[in-house]
Amino acid sequence: MATFRLIITVALIGSLGFGCDDNNASEKPYTNVVWEDEFETEGSPDSEKWNFDIGTGVEIFGVPGWGNNELQYYTDRPENIRVRDGMLEITARGESYEGSNYTSAKILTRDIFETTYGRFEARIMLPFGQGIWPAFWLLGDDSGGSVVWPQIGEIDIMEYRGQQPTIIHGSVHGPGYSAGQAVTDSYRLDNGRFDTDFYVFAIEWGPDFIRYYVDNELYNEITPDDVSGEWVFNDNTFYMILNVAVGGSFVGPPNSSTPFPQTMYVDYVRVYSE
Amino acid sequence: MNTMVFKSTQRTILASLLIMFLATGCERSVDGLEEPGFTTNPEVYIDGFSSGLEYFPFADSKQDAFSVDKDVTYDNSQSSMRFDIPNVGNPSGSYSGAIFRDENGGRDLTGYNALTFYAKATTAGTVNEIGFGQDFMGNEYQVVRSGLRLATYWQKYIIPIPDASVLTAEQGMFWYAEGPEGGDGYSFWVDELKYENLGTIAQPRPAINNGNDESQTTFIGTTIQIPGLTFTINQANGVDVTVGAAPAYYSFSSSNTDVATVDGNGTVSVVGQGTAEITASLNGIDADGSLTVESIGSFTPAPTPTEDPDNVISIFSDAYENVPVDFYNGFYAPFQTTTSNDFSVNGDNVLNYENFNFVGIEFNQNVPTIDASNMNTLSVDIYLPNDVPSGSAFAVNLRDFGADDSFGGGDDTIASTVINTGSNPALVSGQWITIQLDISGMTNKSNLGQIVFDSDQGPALQGATIYVDNIYMYQ
Repeated sequence: MATFRLIITVALIGSLGFGCDDNNASEKPYTNVVWEDEFETEGSPDSEKWNFDIGTGVEIFGVPGWGNNELQYYTDRPENIRVRDGMLEITARGESYEGSNYTSAKILTRDIFETTYGRFEARIMLPFGQGIWPAFWLLGDDSGGSVVWPQIGEIDIMEYRGQQPTIIHGSVHGPGYSAGQAVTDSYRLDNGRFDTDFYVFAIEWGPDFIRYYVDNELYNEITPDDVSGEWVFNDNTFYMILNVAVGGSFVGPPNSSTPFPQTMYVDYVRVYSE
Repeated sequence: MNTMVFKSTQRTILASLLIMFLATGCERSVDGLEEPGFTTNPEVYIDGFSSGLEYFPFADSKQDAFSVDKDVTYDNSQSSMRFDIPNVGNPSGSYSGAIFRDENGGRDLTGYNALTFYAKATTAGTVNEIGFGQDFMGNEYQVVRSGLRLATYWQKYIIPIPDASVLTAEQGMFWYAEGPEGGDGYSFWVDELKYENLGTIAQPRPAINNGNDESQTTFIGTTIQIPGLTFTINQANGVDVTVGAAPAYYSFSSSNTDVATVDGNGTVSVVGQGTAEITASLNGIDADGSLTVESIGSFTPAPTPTEDPDNVISIFSDAYENVPVDFYNGFYAPFQTTTSNDFSVNGDNVLNYENFNFVGIEFNQNVPTIDASNMNTLSVDIYLPNDVPSGSAFAVNLRDFGADDSFGGGDDTIASTVINTGSNPALVSGQWITIQLDISGMTNKSNLGQIVFDSDQGPALQGATIYVDNIYMYQ
């Protein structure tokens, strides 16, 4: 039933999905900034706010099973990640490096900033092209490796396929509803694209709800009634991840028409509590 | 409290949905801009001809290929444009093609970024050329989308405008040219043909020289037309669309105007010795691709032939009237490496064979074979601009097709001569060499069909650049 209701929601949103106003911006209950990065200091990302994930992405801090058949090698080189002109730039490149044909970058707040509930938002202009897969997402803490995905929980605030430049996706993954069975909704621009302008991607997350926003327009709410398994988002702490993957099961590989390099620009990331 | 917020949001979404039905889009309408001058009317053909629109078929096309169809329409609108493509051999025309021109002086299209339409066809045909900007009055801002694949159901198609800021008075609203598919004609329909300002197309990528960075050896006095002017955008479905665009959309520049200048039409004039890189931009975006001109200075033309024109059959020379040929390079697959990069210096046309191994000139397919019964000599001038490696040899082969007037068949005759670095004349670099092939004793020479130049007896010549001029026979 939950799935059925979601489809209805998708259809409704899909049929309007414009983005030319924010007339339904809520009276924001989330006003207290608890964490932020405005990306004002040129150079490498602030090491007091972010960790790097170096490698193919198959392991996260030594725990394997990730990667989704992606093709990139994540580095911390300035060619792949830097702060410049008030923006974080994560750049995917087509180049041979450490056995991969593409390089990119992935940063996390794991072990630095983890929390439960709040408003998580980032202002982003996305790249484009077949096989480009940027994301702004949260993962639940794994208690030193004793709890594994999907039990730890995953909240994808924004995922995007470079070959669908007018559509972004927001999802949750948990036990019984992960990977292809994740609970997802999509937001489509009818007369705009995510690779030509900045948009604010946000969730507001509290007890038994996660709400998804693009430029303050609510387009989905997920509650325990919508998931076909245990709700794992009320107890655990979560950390943030920003990355640009290349290839993988969600997007397929790049092709000859994919222009490289491709850069995701992040103006800021902010977390608010109520 | 949070729930309250959510509900009010849902209401707003529903209200927005309602508004969407009433007024599509929230963009400011360009129609609202009161500007003197030409109309901004975006409609070309919606349910009929828009104001000022006229139909002009190409002179040699099927004149009645276009009709207004009131039965087959997109979205049950009142009418659509129907185009009938003839079968091969149709006496009324071998293809269909037309322009649709605004006869009220033109439209101001500066507020749009694409020509869009719905189309479908009786079969999944591929329209050779379709676009806008062709007006039979210079086609200054012509844009063409080549190879537009249709389906048997209605689909929307986009032809992007490379730079709308120049289209302040455009008359060429729409044009197309299409021939039979595999010999068979078919029909296609176009409806809801209009200019739009789409927010869903982006990532403009202009290119010259088809996006390639290439260099060309040349001389003072040469003119070169920059080829491969394209413009690519990305559509909402993630698929790129590339169109060919007229030079007037681009700003060309030369890195060294003492060596080469380039005009607004993308015509490069070589004026000095040295190197100059020709690049371009479109609406402030650097175009991919470039052409580097490497001018080796003054060109030494081949000696002008002195034989009496009455006693000459000329195949390639500016000194004589040439007989028609099928081609000066047959691009024989798969073993031929020779490419052509012919040039003209101060009006003197020169064949330029690059990456040479062998190449054929033919006159037997769509033109008559040559009757050289009265001729005694075939003369060819060649010039090798680069060093000639030892072991090089260059052969001239003249082939008569015999009584059957076709290649092979057991009745062909071949006359040949070969020069090498030790022969007289010798194969040397940096000067014109006149090669004379005696054909006075050639058994059959009344059905000449082919000349082949090869390096078979001197493979060291392979890869060379060879200029060729003044190919003619005389008594």
